[in-house]
Amino acid sequence: MDSPLSLDTLFHIGPVPITAPVLVSWAIIIALGLFSILSTRHLSLLPGKTQTVLELFVSTIDAQVRDTVNRDPAPYRPLIGTIFLFVLIANCSALVPGIEPPTAHLETDAALALVVFAATIAYGVSGRGLKGYLATFAEPSWVMIPLNLVEQITRTFSLVVRLFGNVMSGVFVVGIVLSLAGLFVPIPLMALDLLTGAVQAYIFAVLATVFIGAAAGEAPGETPPSQEEKSP
Amino acid sequence: MTENLIPIVSILAAALAVSFGAIGPALAEGRAVAAAMDAIARQPEAAGTLSRTLFVGLAMIETMAIYTLVIALLVLFANPFV
Repeated sequence: MDSPLSLDTLFHIGPVPITAPVLVSWAIIIALGLFSILSTRHLSLLPGKTQTVLELFVSTIDAQVRDTVNRDPAPYRPLIGTIFLFVLIANCSALVPGIEPPTAHLETDAALALVVFAATIAYGVSGRGLKGYLATFAEPSWVMIPLNLVEQITRTFSLVVRLFGNVMSGVFVVGIVLSLAGLFVPIPLMALDLLTGAVQAYIFAVLATVFIGAAAGEAPGETPPSQEEKSP
Repeated sequence: MTENLIPIVSILAAALAVSFGAIGPALAEGRAVAAAMDAIARQPEAAGTLSRTLFVGLAMIETMAIYTLVIALLVLFANPFV
């Protein structure tokens, strides 16, 4: 049985080896990009069918981000939405015969988690300033500095391992059942994989939002708008 | 016999790790879901917030089981002693 931790090289571009998950990732990126460009080319105030669905989707992501970080979701929408869409499509790509989800390999998940890690630092520095962001490591007191530093690494690592473990175990179980039983037996397991993939994409996006929101801190001098609207 | 010992011990260790490592997170997830169901039954209007927090919490708990799975895979497929 093939190890889920190893990868076969398909071909080389110069000195860089290209593997199957990289190709699938590129295909997903190109497909998502083309779809976004084509579907947002003719936006109108009276939305058609596609635009209505897209607006519903964006407003749902906005609502989730606003609930989590308690502020305007506009700066976070591109990153969080893209991560969610990419992980969702990648987890569901097992439905295409012959394609293994790229998130079932450790490298893709590590790349995604590193993006979240870099974004946490970037949003933290831009939200609090460099000094303010570094000062958050010393909260609640300077004794916690080593623990806070370790936490940054372990939570990124757990992001990697969580996504990898869930998606890979689904692929693995389907492979084992397919080798034991016949053609139609793994179908319920594949349906379960779809559910797990959607939940894991949601969890990945929510955890990224939580990390980024915690690093960026409270919005300066901003009161909740719902209370202002109520006052006459 | 001795050259077969390391694969045998590795497979046993992987099975033990997953079986015992799944008990704790399973019990914890059961308690968490039960508490969330209780809270939703008492206060149905808070179901959205509760289920979002529940999902994130379950993911955190589940990570422990996933860690043992990764350890088992390491022992089986990337064993440094084989």
